[in-house]
Amino acid sequence: MKVAITSTGNTLDSKVDQRFGRCAWFVIYDTETGGIEFLPNPNRDAEEGAGPASVQLVASREVQKIISGEFGVKIKSLLDSLKIQMVMYKEPEKTIQSVIDMLKN
Amino acid sequence: MKIAVASGKGGTGKTFVATNLFNVLSHRGDNVTLTDCDAEAPNDLLFFRTRIVSVTEVTHQVPVINKDACTWCGRCSQWCNYNAIFYVPNAKVIEVIESLCHGCGACSFACNDEAITEKPVTLGTVTSCRTDKNYPLIEARLRVNEMSPVRIIKAAIKESGDDGVVILDAPPGTSCPFIQTVDKADYVVLVTEPTPFGLSDLRQSVETLKEMRKEPAVIINRSDIGDRGVADYLEKEKIPLLAEIRYDPAIARAYSEGRLVTDEIPELASLFEELADKIIDGYGTGSSKR
Repeated sequence: MKVAITSTGNTLDSKVDQRFGRCAWFVIYDTETGGIEFLPNPNRDAEEGAGPASVQLVASREVQKIISGEFGVKIKSLLDSLKIQMVMYKEPEKTIQSVIDMLKN
Repeated sequence: MKIAVASGKGGTGKTFVATNLFNVLSHRGDNVTLTDCDAEAPNDLLFFRTRIVSVTEVTHQVPVINKDACTWCGRCSQWCNYNAIFYVPNAKVIEVIESLCHGCGACSFACNDEAITEKPVTLGTVTSCRTDKNYPLIEARLRVNEMSPVRIIKAAIKESGDDGVVILDAPPGTSCPFIQTVDKADYVVLVTEPTPFGLSDLRQSVETLKEMRKEPAVIINRSDIGDRGVADYLEKEKIPLLAEIRYDPAIARAYSEGRLVTDEIPELASLFEELADKIIDGYGTGSSKR
């Protein structure tokens, strides 16, 4: 299964970005292969609709779960229709590595 | 001529100035219209006894996607500048997010497969009224849940016509709604207050108007509070100061009870008369009598 984690930077030491649609980076982690990919978020400074555009981006990578601090109101129904699970993780000090370690166990 | 009464900061007294200016001009028989362009929180009607002449709905066209005709090319989503078409081809999901749609029609144009039709969505209303003295008062009102009042403001200004003096009570801020309002104005009056916050937002408004090649004049409201910052700025930038209105609890009281101070305080009535003359003479058209 692929999981998207919002990240403040493009290293495993980066923290979990607390905003979903306007996060700095997305980390796409594949729980089966252990593959890790960093994607810069092109919607970071979008004037409007950053949330839906970001869902579109990660959904095109076929993720089934998104981990972030906060999700905007527009995206809940979109994630439901795509059967993507939304995981609220309000831990701004936690690193991407620690989240991946949790997903491994 | 169209006079926009604007400000960067909210709560500086735009509506106070616009309604009283309208009041003194109508008292002396000038041909004047008041248009409330603050569609997100219109309140000019509260100050007058009015009857409604007409209510017009303002709509825009949003796309409807026929999934059976869609070939999943993604062009509509790419063309959309507002992220309003949610498109995930691998999951066969395509959805219009109506709250993000600006009704520009780019998606319909982009679609080569006739999969997009359009339907009207109501954004708000333009209400045309007459005061008890038979002067036109027009209100732009955005529907709850809608995001952008721009089209409604445009329709309200159009409804106001070009006859005599049209006073546009502008929305606060310096974004699209403000720009839509001042763009149509021959003369822009900025109402500010002598505080650092007032100055900061005044500066933003002036800079925005400069880009639009418009030269505003300023009214300082509650002029005897705060500091010298605004006055110094106006001097430095050579921006004309039209009037200073002193802080007076009687003004606040009358305003909060929906009354017009120009009906109650003679000094303020003459201040607004002078203000009207300055604006109209300054613009050089003179006021057209009814």
